[in-house]
Order: sequence, then structure tokens, then C-alpha cells
Amino acid sequence: MTSIVANILRLINPRQRAVETPPSPATTFSESEDFYRAGQWQLVWWKFRRHRLAKAAMWVLAFFYFVTLFAEFFAPHAPLTRYKDLASAPPTKVRLFEVVSRSYRSPFIYTIVRGRDPVTARPIYRANAAEPNTIRLFVRGDSYKMLGLIESDLHLFGTEKDTMPLFIFGTDRIGRDIFSRIIYGGRISLSIGLIGVALTAVFGVLLGGISGYFGGAVDEVIQRLIDLLYALPSIPLWMSLAAALPQDWPNLRLYFAITIILSILNWTRLARIVRGKILSLREEDFVMAARLDGESQWTIITRYLLPGFTSFIIVELTIAIPFMILGETALSFLGIGLQPPTISWGVMLQDAQDIMSVAQTPWTLWPVVFVVIAVLMFNFLGDGMRDAADPYH
Amino acid sequence: MASENGSNTPNPSSSLLLEIRNLKKHFPIKRGFFKRTVGYVKAVDDISLLVEEGETLGLVGESGCGKTTTGRMILRAIPSTEGDVYFRDPELGRVNVTELDNQQLNQVRRNMRMIFQDPHASLNPRMTILELIGAPLRAMGLAKGTELEDRVADTLGLVGLAPEVMRRYPHAFSGGQRQRIGIARALVCQPNLVVADEPVSALDVSVQAQILNLLQELQEQMGLTYVFVAHDLSVVAHICDRVAVMYVGKLVEMASTLELYTNPKHPYTEALLSAIPKPDPRRRGSARILLEGEVANPADPPSGCYFHPRCAYAQDLCHEQEPAWEEVAPGHFAKCHFSHDLELAGVVA
Amino acid sequence: MASNENGAGKQEVLLEIRDLKTHFALDEGTVRAVDGVDLDVRRKQVVGVVGESGCGKSMTAMSVMRLVPPPGQIVEGEIRFHRQFDDRADAKDIVDLAQFESNDRQLRDIRGNQISMVFQEPMTALSPVRTVGKQITEAILLHQDVNKTEARDIAIETLARVKMPNPEQRFDDYPFQLSGGMRQRAVIAMALACRPQLLIADEPTTALDVTTEAQILDLMRELQAESDMAILYITHNLGVVAEMAEEVVVMYLGKVVERCDVDSIFYNPKHPYTRGLLNSIPRLEDVLQDKREKLNAIEGMVPSPYQRLQGCAFHPRCPDFMPGVCDEAEPQLIQLEEGHAVRCHLYT
Ligand SMILES: Nc1ncnc2c1ncn2[C@@H]1O[C@H](COP(=O)(O)OP(=O)(O)OP(=O)(O)O)[C@@H](O)[C@H]1O
Ligand SMILES: Nc1ncnc2c1ncn2[C@@H]1O[C@H](COP(=O)(O)OP(=O)(O)OP(=O)(O)O)[C@@H](O)[C@H]1O
Ligand code: SF4
Ligand code: SF4
Ligand SMILES: [Mg+2]
Ligand SMILES: [Mg+2]
Repeated sequence: MTSIVANILRLINPRQRAVETPPSPATTFSESEDFYRAGQWQLVWWKFRRHRLAKAAMWVLAFFYFVTLFAEFFAPHAPLTRYKDLASAPPTKVRLFEVVSRSYRSPFIYTIVRGRDPVTARPIYRANAAEPNTIRLFVRGDSYKMLGLIESDLHLFGTEKDTMPLFIFGTDRIGRDIFSRIIYGGRISLSIGLIGVALTAVFGVLLGGISGYFGGAVDEVIQRLIDLLYALPSIPLWMSLAAALPQDWPNLRLYFAITIILSILNWTRLARIVRGKILSLREEDFVMAARLDGESQWTIITRYLLPGFTSFIIVELTIAIPFMILGETALSFLGIGLQPPTISWGVMLQDAQDIMSVAQTPWTLWPVVFVVIAVLMFNFLGDGMRDAADPYH
Repeated sequence: MASENGSNTPNPSSSLLLEIRNLKKHFPIKRGFFKRTVGYVKAVDDISLLVEEGETLGLVGESGCGKTTTGRMILRAIPSTEGDVYFRDPELGRVNVTELDNQQLNQVRRNMRMIFQDPHASLNPRMTILELIGAPLRAMGLAKGTELEDRVADTLGLVGLAPEVMRRYPHAFSGGQRQRIGIARALVCQPNLVVADEPVSALDVSVQAQILNLLQELQEQMGLTYVFVAHDLSVVAHICDRVAVMYVGKLVEMASTLELYTNPKHPYTEALLSAIPKPDPRRRGSARILLEGEVANPADPPSGCYFHPRCAYAQDLCHEQEPAWEEVAPGHFAKCHFSHDLELAGVVA
Repeated sequence: MASNENGAGKQEVLLEIRDLKTHFALDEGTVRAVDGVDLDVRRKQVVGVVGESGCGKSMTAMSVMRLVPPPGQIVEGEIRFHRQFDDRADAKDIVDLAQFESNDRQLRDIRGNQISMVFQEPMTALSPVRTVGKQITEAILLHQDVNKTEARDIAIETLARVKMPNPEQRFDDYPFQLSGGMRQRAVIAMALACRPQLLIADEPTTALDVTTEAQILDLMRELQAESDMAILYITHNLGVVAEMAEEVVVMYLGKVVERCDVDSIFYNPKHPYTRGLLNSIPRLEDVLQDKREKLNAIEGMVPSPYQRLQGCAFHPRCPDFMPGVCDEAEPQLIQLEEGHAVRCHLYT
């Protein structure tokens, strides 16, 4: 018997004569033991890594989430602090050179003073070139309790206390710093996407899984329900549901209610995908092989079926996040979503509802830029992930 | 071992391993909103055959004739509609696979295993070779830990792969190597019967030859019995002791390989043999029986003999009456009204 | 050794491929799908191309059609097509297909008209949403100066030529209404509608059953005999080669390793790979021999497409491997005798 084995071994691997020419490093890689021993997620990551745009988007989003997580520290001001004398102030100009002496100094801003336009009687701000305020790192400012735990008044950057405050994106109608509010608003706007898709995932995987795995009457009922939800126009449905929420609910409850509303329509797509995947995976030869190997139902579901489509679920969810973000923004903008004093990008945009205020204080539109960036980044990320999701095609 | 040719009618008393009796599989065709059953695809329709220990039985026929379905029903990978599959299990004795409970079924499936056609689809890409080949041992509680690893390593050696590869995933292997892994998985629990569903159809000729040799060597070493499903008659000629020919869900002829190839008794077998392109340019243009038309639809088969619309020898009787499954010579069965009278051409030297 | 049977001397050349290289530059490395292919097709000749999966057969054909999918590219070589214009019997010219831009007017004029192709999977060549007849008619209208009714007549006549049962009725069928064999007939009809001078058939019967395959092979032989068409027939099945081809080209890893007439390939093969292939195939006649006789398999397996081997690409598997020779220099394709070329150091 050993001789037979030896013979066969020789058959497979006759002579190690393949010359190891070193052409491109990539070649040696796809021939390497690392590649041979790479599991699913390793392969997905390698494939994803090749999409530069998606990778960049991933870092941008990671940065966004990081900053909003520690908003208290990164924002120069507390979101509700009002600078009454500086309402509707335009973005402060950060300077490197003195106006008069033209000499260089580290970044600074001039104190601005409010005046009135003699003709239109609108407030206008003028810089006072005599009063420069240097922008510093790690300055003391509004005190806060980071994540409800760490008490501090340290901010990443800003001007010294009781000097001219820094408004990178200007202030709103009642004198709150827009930049700081965008950072705090990102907390809600970006997390509503995550929580929304988490709900979507639970509904979608559960109902889609049940539908696909058990089939029969259950499947039929769930599929008809999905058809029904498909037939409903999404924006009007969201609007009517959101409008029906009691306005006096506490903020937190309202927040969750809105996420649930947003995921009500979203899970259907995922459920269809999960069902389809289960149906097709169930027919795969390797699942039949597993049954013949004596694997239990549970093992087959968890080790053979689920890993086969988790990556697809993640892709679907990534693609769903921007819809959530846009949904929240739209509802809040229309005044039927989250309400002040909750801060979200949509709530902030309530300030930019009429053409007059947009014309006079265009900087109130800054949240739009962040909505667009976030949505684009998620789309780029989703594109790259979709491509990497099936490393075995 | 089965004898080379002649009278190898399986003798039930001696070494019968598998007996299939009147096996049927009818897939319902469902239409419309209420999924009403509007008809049946008679994928396998009343098949009976015997397999002796140590022999290789070939199951051949064109695409869709029900070979895979038959193979799967032997292991009850899909339930049969009707009929019995008796298997002589070394521990349980003679059992009817169609009537076993789940626990017994798992036990029987240790001794009857399957090799799949597609070496890419039949290995879970997300498991290492160790997990894949070890799966039956683990799931059936036959071995675990280092013992399991040792047995996997031994089996890998048996199919000609180095044991070091067991931490790799299937994507590291070519089609031929994957098929070796599939064979290792089938053999790891030392079965008696292996149902091989077109194990070499997806492979290149040079690799196909290696796998055929491997299958033969393993059979000699381990005393395996094969049910070898194939559509390539040359491969079957090479590896099988006996051959059963299927047409639209039914067996039309069965005999020892030599007998069937040199002295076919069914016009369909004759046509199949003559249709194969022969790798010999000097034989080019030798008379060939060209079948008209296409294989009948198993959902709506023709009347009488299913083969009559394409048969060159068809008579009126063939339209009306289904021929019987008859033993035309010892161990040689055919399903044709005229198998006694027809002079059919087989393979010549 | 004449390459055609009728003894009337050699036909003139129709297609000359010289040192063709088609590469795919991928992230993992460069795949040399076609890596120096030389072959000739004469008028009315059937040239068979054989080799195992991935050896570059299809990409050779796609290069001739100039349909290589990106990132694949012809990086070197010539594909000289000796064009004949049917209206003037002696009007000919030679064009190098490799030189054209991929959307050149002349190229589109040749493709589907003077050279056409039949693919392995008929559904890739047929649109599922239009009737078979419409698709054939469109191909005719694109290349021929006829009106719609004439085109329809030609289409039906072509369907009849490929022995489609009830051509008039089938004309209005959608591809999904046809069986595999009939679909392949429809694809062949589409390829033949403009009476090409060269037909490239890429494994046209591989997806079919033996009995249907036999029908299609017979049909192609008949069609070829009754017209002036040459066929470049690609297959991995040596049986099909023996039945169809006059000249045979054996490929391994993007290169031609042996080229000669069909009789010599089977009765006087020179290259160790060709011999190995012939020994690997099980034959019907095996039934007459002892069962336990093993096949003479080629050792090892085809290396990964990214790997580059020094010397002869076949050397890790070759039974006649000569250390110090075969793993050093790459053998060239040399003429052994009239019409028999081989790429192996055994003959230098
Ligand atoms: N799950 C199923 N539902 C309905 N019909 C089926 C199913 N599985 C197979 N069939 C039908 O049963 C018939 C026999 O199929 P089977 O796969 O056994 O054929 P086969 O001989 O193995 O063919 P091939 O050579 O193509 O593998 C075919 O007509 C097929 O369409
Ligand atoms: N689109 C593509 N991208 C990358 N590589 C490709 C592509 N198409 C073909 N190749 C590579 O080119 C080589 C030759 O492929 P080709 O399709 O010509 O082989 P073939 O001889 O026709 O094989 P088969 O018998 O499998 O059809 C293969 O190694 C293949 O991996
Ligand atoms: S019974 Fe009649 S139709 Fe059927 S195979 Fe025999 S001769 Fe042909
Ligand atoms: S060159 Fe050497 S290795 Fe290559 S085929 Fe010839 S003998 Fe074999
Ligand atoms: Mg099958
Ligand atoms: Mg190909």
C-alpha cells in the first residue's frame, strides 16, 4: 500500500522542476501558502483592498464616526451655547498674516463686531484688525461630560476663553456655532443609519430566512406582505407615519420611532435577497454533501448556509445606510422627524427652509455638504464591498 | 470480484450488496398562483437492478435521462416516490434504505458514500480541507481531535495529496485535485459502496486519466463497489464491469460491459455506440447510425416504446405497446420488442 | 504529405497567424493566454485546434475575430487574412487583422461576413428576446445588399441548409423554444448566412449529447463539402478532431507544440504531450482488453496561468525530459518533414 501511495504522490508531484522565476510580486503571492490558507474574510479583504475609492471611503467614514463619537472634544463649542451678540455671523476668516503689518503669525482670527447696514438695516459684521485672537490646540472652553462619563472642558482647538469665539462655518439665527452642531448632529444622523440597518438586518434576515428555509404557507404569507409593502410609495408612507407620532414624546423615544419607521420598508429588499440566497444555496452540491456527511440541520444552517451570504447581507446593509440618512434628513427637514433641541443634520436644515434665509445666510446649508459626503462615501464603500463580497465567484 | 464477462447474473445469495426494486421518482410540475400540480416529470420510472460486492456498475445515458436522480435515491439524498433500495450494511445487515429512520440512515450513509460531478460546487469554499474531509467523521462521531486529523492525513495520502495541504482552502486546488479531495471525503469513513456521479466529466483528458486510474487502484485496495454514473461510453468501457443504459427514466439495456458493447440488444445502445466520435482518422466515414430528433421529454413521453420516434427499427407494435424488460441472454437484459431478432452492430476490434 | 484529400495540390492560403501573442494583464500577474501561435488555414480546409482547458484555444479564435475581452490584448504578431471579393473572382488582397482598431469599419465588414464564428454555448450568440429568424435576417441585412424580403428568404433557406426541422415555423421561434441541438443549428445558420470564407467553430458540440453531437458534426461536414468554406475547428475532444479535421494543431499553455495532418497526429505523433494526450483517452476498444489495464496518464497537472516556466513549458510533466536541456532553453517550432512541425528538443 505504501508503494501505491508513493507512486501516486510521484504522479501528482513528479519533479520539483518548476523554475521559481520571480516575475511580479503579485504572482508569487497568488502562489503562496498565505493565499492557499486564506479564509473567506481574508479573501474578501484582499479583494476589497484593491478598490482604492472604496478603501478611501472607508477611512473617511471611519473618521466621521470617530469624530462624532468624541464630538464634545472635537467640537469647539457646546451645541446649545448661544452667542447672542453674534447671531447669523458668517464663517470667521482664519488668517495667517496681519492686515496692517502684513507680518506672519500662527493662525488667528480677528474679533468681529456687529453693525447695521445703513440701507437694509441688516446686521453686518466687521473685523477689528486691532484685536487678533490666536487659534490654539487643546484649549479650555465649554465644559462637558464626554459620553456621559469623563468630565472636562478641553477642546481640540479654538480660541482662548472669553475672547472672540471661532465659528468655522458661521452661526445660526440664534447664534450657535454651526460647525460644532454639525459634529453633534452627525451623531444622530450617522447613527440613525446604523441602527436603522441593524433593525433592517434583524427583520430581513429573520423573515427572509424563515421564508426561504421553511417555504410553504409561511413563505407565501411573507412574500405577499413584501409585495404589499413594495406597492406602497415610500416617502408618503414615511411622512404619514412620522406625522402620526406624538410631538410630546421624549427625544430618545422619537429617535427610535423614526428609525423603526425608516426600516419598515427597508427590510423587504433584504428579506428577498436572503430568501433567494437560501433557496439557491440549499440546492448547492456542497449542502447535499453535508447532509450525506450526517451534519445536523443546525450545523448546515450555521456553517454552510449563513457564511455563504453574510458578506452579501453586509453589502446590502451598507447600501441601505445612505437611504436611512437621507430619510432622516428629509423627515426632520420637513419638521415631522426629530425636533429641536435634538440636533441632527435634518433638524439643522430646518433653518434653511425659506429662500430668504438661504440667500442671507448661505452657510446654514453646510449640513447638506456633509449629508452628500456621507451618502457618497457609503455608496463608494458599498460598490467596493459588492465586488469583494463573493471572493469565489 | 465480478467475472469479466459472460454469465455474471448477480446471485442474490452470494455477494449481493445493493438491490434496487421498482424505483421511481416523479417530480411534480407546479403551475399558477396556487401551485397546482399539473403533471409529473418522470425522471426515474420503475428501475430495478442488482449490484454485487466489488463490481463497478456503469449507469449511462444522455442528459436528463435520470442518472443523477437514480444515484441520489440510492443514498436517499432525495426521497424516492416509490420503490425499494436494499443495502447490505456490514453492521445493520440487509436494510431497506427508503424505510430507515434518521439515525439508521446516518449509520448506513457511513458505508455508502457519494462522489459529485462538479469539483467546484461540491466543496464548501469556506472550509479547510481538514474540515471538509473530516466532516463525516466529526458529524457521525467516528473520530475527533488528533485521531480525526490522522485519519484525514491518511486518506489524503491515499488519494495522492500531501497531508500538509489540509490547512488550505479549496480555492488553492485545481479541478483534478479538488476531485481527489471529493474522493477522499467519500472514502474517509471506509465505505463499501460509492456512488460516483460523473466523477470525471468536468475534467481534462489528462487529469481524467489520472482520476480513473486512482479510482481503480482504490477499488483494488479497499474492495470498493462502485455505481459509476457517466455519459461517456469510452470511460465506462474502461472502468465498468457491467453497464446499464437509461433512456428517459427507464433502463433499456443491461449486461456485462463486453457483452453490451460487442453485442448490443437494444437499438438505442447501438446508436449511442456508433455516435461516439472515434479517435481514429482512418475510421472516418465508417457507417454511423444518426438518430433523428431529440431525446423525449420525460414530462410527456411518447406512447409505447419511448424510443420509437427515433428508432430505425420501429414497427407498428412499438407505437402501441411498451416492451418488457427481458433477459435475452444470461445476464443480458433488454427492453425492446425485437431484441431477439435484430442484428445490431457493436464495437469491433 | 498533402493536407487535403483531393490530390489536386494544395489550396491557397486563407489565414496565416504568425507569432500571435494575446496577454491579459491582471493584478495577480500577466496571463499569457496565447503566447506565440503560428498556424495556417488554407481554403476549403478544416483545421482542428486541440488542447486542454485554458491552453488558449478560445483566445486564439477571439484574437482572429478581434473580440478579445478586456483587459486582454494582442501584444504581438500578425493575423493575415487573404480576402477574396466574390463579385470579382480574381480580386484579392491581404489584410492584417491584428493591425485594425477594434472598431474599424473594414474589420466589422469582415467579421460576421467573410469570417464568422460559432460559440460553445449557443445562448451567448443568440439574443433571448428576439426571434431566431429576426436575428439571422439582421445579420444578412448588415452585410449584404438585399432588401428585407430577400433577406428573409435567404434566412429561411439557410435554416433549411442546417436541417432545421420546419424552417418556416422555426423562423418565428424564440431561442428558448428550441432544444439545445436546434439552437446550435440556428447559431450555425446565422454564421453561414453570409457564406463566409472562414468559419471558426469554438467547441460547437461540447455542450451537446453524443447523439446530437453526431448530428451537428455530420451537418458541418456536409456544409463544408458543398461550399468553399474553410473551418478552424476548436475542440478538446480528440475523437472530434479525428472525425473533422485535415490538419491538426496541438496547443499547450498558449503555444503550438505540434502541427501536422490528422493521420500523423494519430499514427505518428512526435511531441511527448501529443503522445501523452493520445495515451490518456479511454477508448471503446478498451472493452476488449483486460479491465485492470491502467491508462497511461500524463503526470502532474497544467501549471497555474500566472506561472512562467523556464525552458520547455511541458518539462515538469514530460516523460522524455532531458535535464539541463529542456529546463534551460525554450524549444522552437521546427519542421520535421513537409507539413509536420513540432516544438521539442528531442528533434533538434
Ligand atoms: N428537482 C427537480 N425538480 C424537477 N425536475 C427535476 C429535478 N431534478 C431533476 N429533474 C428532472 O429529472 C430529469 C432527470 O434528471 P437527472 O439530473 O437525473 O438527469 P441526468 O441523467 O443526471 O442528466 P445529466 O447528464 O444532465 O446530469 C430531467 O428531466 C430533469 O429536468
Ligand atoms: N477574461 C479573461 N480574463 C483573464 N484571463 C482570461 C480571460 N479569458 C481567458 N483567460 C485566460 O486565458 C487562458 C486561455 O483561455 P482560453 O479561454 O483561450 O482557453 P481554452 O483553451 O479555450 O480553454 P477551454 O477549453 O476551457 O475553453 C486561460 O488561462 C484563462 O485563464
Ligand atoms: S421496441 Fe421498437 S421502437 Fe423500441 S427500441 Fe425496440 S424496435 Fe425500437
Ligand atoms: S522539450 Fe524536453 S521537456 Fe519539452 S517536450 Fe520536448 S523532451 Fe519534453
Ligand atoms: Mg447528472
Ligand atoms: Mg474555450
